[in-house]
Amino acid sequence: MISPSQIEVDREKGNFHYETDYSFDAGIGLSEDVVKYISDVKGEDPWLLDFRLKALSTFGKKPMPTHWATDDLKNINFDVIRYYLAKGQRPSRTWDEVPDDIKNTFERLGIPEQERKFLAGVEAQFDSEAAYSRMKEDLEKEGVIFVGSTEGLKEHPEIFKKWFGKVIPTSDNKFSALNSAVFSGGSFIYIPPGVKLAQPLQAYFRINAENFGQFERTLIIADEGSEIMYMEGCTAPKFETSTLHSAVVELVALKGAKIQYVTVQNWSNNVFNLVTKRALAEEEAEVRWIDCNIGSRLTMKYPGVVLRGRKARGEVVSIALANDGQHQDTGAKMVHAADETSSNVISKSISIGEGRSSYRGLVQMPGHLKGCKNNTECDALLINSNSQTDTYPAITVQGDANSVQHEASVSKVSAEQIFYMQQRGLGEAEAMSLCVNGFVNDLIREFPMEYSVELKRLIDLEMEGSVG
Amino acid sequence: MNTLKIENLSASIEDKKILRNLSLTIPNGEVHAIMGPNGSGKSTLAKVLSGHPDYEVTSGSVSLDDQEILGLEPDQISRLGLFLAFQYPMEVPGVSIANFIRAARNARLTEGEKVKAGDFYKELYEKMDDLGMDRKFTSRSLNDGFSGGEKKRCEILQMSMLDPKYCILDETDSGLDIDALRVVSEGVNRMRNPDRGILVITHYQRLLEYIVPDYVHVMSEGKIIRTAGKELALELEERGYDWIKQEAAA
Repeated sequence: MISPSQIEVDREKGNFHYETDYSFDAGIGLSEDVVKYISDVKGEDPWLLDFRLKALSTFGKKPMPTHWATDDLKNINFDVIRYYLAKGQRPSRTWDEVPDDIKNTFERLGIPEQERKFLAGVEAQFDSEAAYSRMKEDLEKEGVIFVGSTEGLKEHPEIFKKWFGKVIPTSDNKFSALNSAVFSGGSFIYIPPGVKLAQPLQAYFRINAENFGQFERTLIIADEGSEIMYMEGCTAPKFETSTLHSAVVELVALKGAKIQYVTVQNWSNNVFNLVTKRALAEEEAEVRWIDCNIGSRLTMKYPGVVLRGRKARGEVVSIALANDGQHQDTGAKMVHAADETSSNVISKSISIGEGRSSYRGLVQMPGHLKGCKNNTECDALLINSNSQTDTYPAITVQGDANSVQHEASVSKVSAEQIFYMQQRGLGEAEAMSLCVNGFVNDLIREFPMEYSVELKRLIDLEMEGSVG
Repeated sequence: MNTLKIENLSASIEDKKILRNLSLTIPNGEVHAIMGPNGSGKSTLAKVLSGHPDYEVTSGSVSLDDQEILGLEPDQISRLGLFLAFQYPMEVPGVSIANFIRAARNARLTEGEKVKAGDFYKELYEKMDDLGMDRKFTSRSLNDGFSGGEKKRCEILQMSMLDPKYCILDETDSGLDIDALRVVSEGVNRMRNPDRGILVITHYQRLLEYIVPDYVHVMSEGKIIRTAGKELALELEERGYDWIKQEAAA
């Protein structure tokens, strides 16, 4: 657990400097000048600067949503945040300064030495360049575009500009507005019609010094009949001095296309992780959000699908784990906008110690539609007597030709269950782990192999020390 | 000495005295039965021996092959060789029988050793076949949605897979029909050997026709009031418990 005193926030307000070796620093705090600086450094077209400035204004006008969300949001101080960082300017720390529990997790998860330093913020770069270029070559043969947001909008505006900001408008919420003003990094992907990618694309390979996930902007367009799985995040704890992460992810699944978006989030416990993720699904298209939230101080994330075409399908599979000092506020949004669309939400959360997890689910089915179905299941597991969980379903179903099903359960691991398992020779912590893993088991299987093994180990680690 | 030795054991729960100065020795190679009326403390004895945290031991000692086990964690006691077949086995959703037993086996191995999957499954299936359990049960969640008979069979399956030195069967016959009773008893009888001690706790004499004990003890109000051979069980069946209680009081 990171205590606030261990985080050093650089309070030096500097002037903006241009360096010939391409290390740019926008300084701390947010203003029109900062936004202009970012746009300038990236060499963006005027329309994009305009987009950013409008977004900044929208951001300023919107209130903090503390009327429904947690008051903890008041602890975000926008003035001390660094909104843009590029090569070489990443605040570095020595390996000695990395907290022991983070080092410990690396060890237990078997993270390779080379990666540890990058993940811990000791080194600015992870040498993924080679792997990325190889992958790029293979993809280019199929006509797949896989670039960063800056390059996407500059080199392929005819593809990306038409959807950029359309799935998630700037004014959707305060944080989508913020992202729209200062976004950098993220993945812009286009899959041509009929192309079904055999391997998942990984954000990992696109990690360069610019792309630390702070204000990532991702846009994936799967053209008709194409298929893609995209993976982001990792089970290893990512240490960040920056306390605010606000990403925007827009997905577009055209007719008959399939997109699976897999996220494993394990930011360190000082991070506010406020993410807007939404997909548009056209006729017979399918979008699956597979989401695991283990880290961060506060995560607010409600992956959504707008089912715009007939027979479109949307699914959210979500696992959240909240330990002491953490609040996982997650859920899903399913907006039915065509006949015979179906949506499925399955959410499992675990609250340990004083951790708090909340489920917010929005389901909308207007009366003029018919043949639509939604199925929602949200299960919570409380480990300790002071753990907390809440469920806020917001279901609007109209007309008489649609159906919605909602099931929720809250359970505890009982002392008798633990005793039973101990009587078979399992230690208390191991027994608890087994129970927790049993609880999320069928959801973990939805994650690609690489993640599911690590996820289990990570959950076990979180469980240690939770018992008693 | 290869015994499970209970000496002058007194225990309470929430300040209520349940076990009062109970003494009992179960040498390996023998099967002992404890019978007694409701409230006599039979199940409490089983729980205290296995280290249940709700009970407070106020005096006495329990040793397993000369190793004191009072005060140890339940899993430590288990790894020393004590198995308790629960009267009401717990459901553990999401954890398959196969994985659970394998984890329990792994817990007994030394650092670095691991259970070999092939051998493990071969043994597991054989024992399931012997107990009349459908092999599909291996992937079912432990006790989740099982009938009473299925739960008890699962207890005996675990017992036979973990190879304990001392087995305590807590009212294993409750909730079983004749067929299940026979199968479960056969499973227990297959585990009788010179190196193992078995304590059968039961309400009814019927189980003891299938699992024939070497000794029968009668428990009342927290202590053993009478010990005899297997005929005692039949006598209790005919006459009830009152006469023994009166004799003990006198």
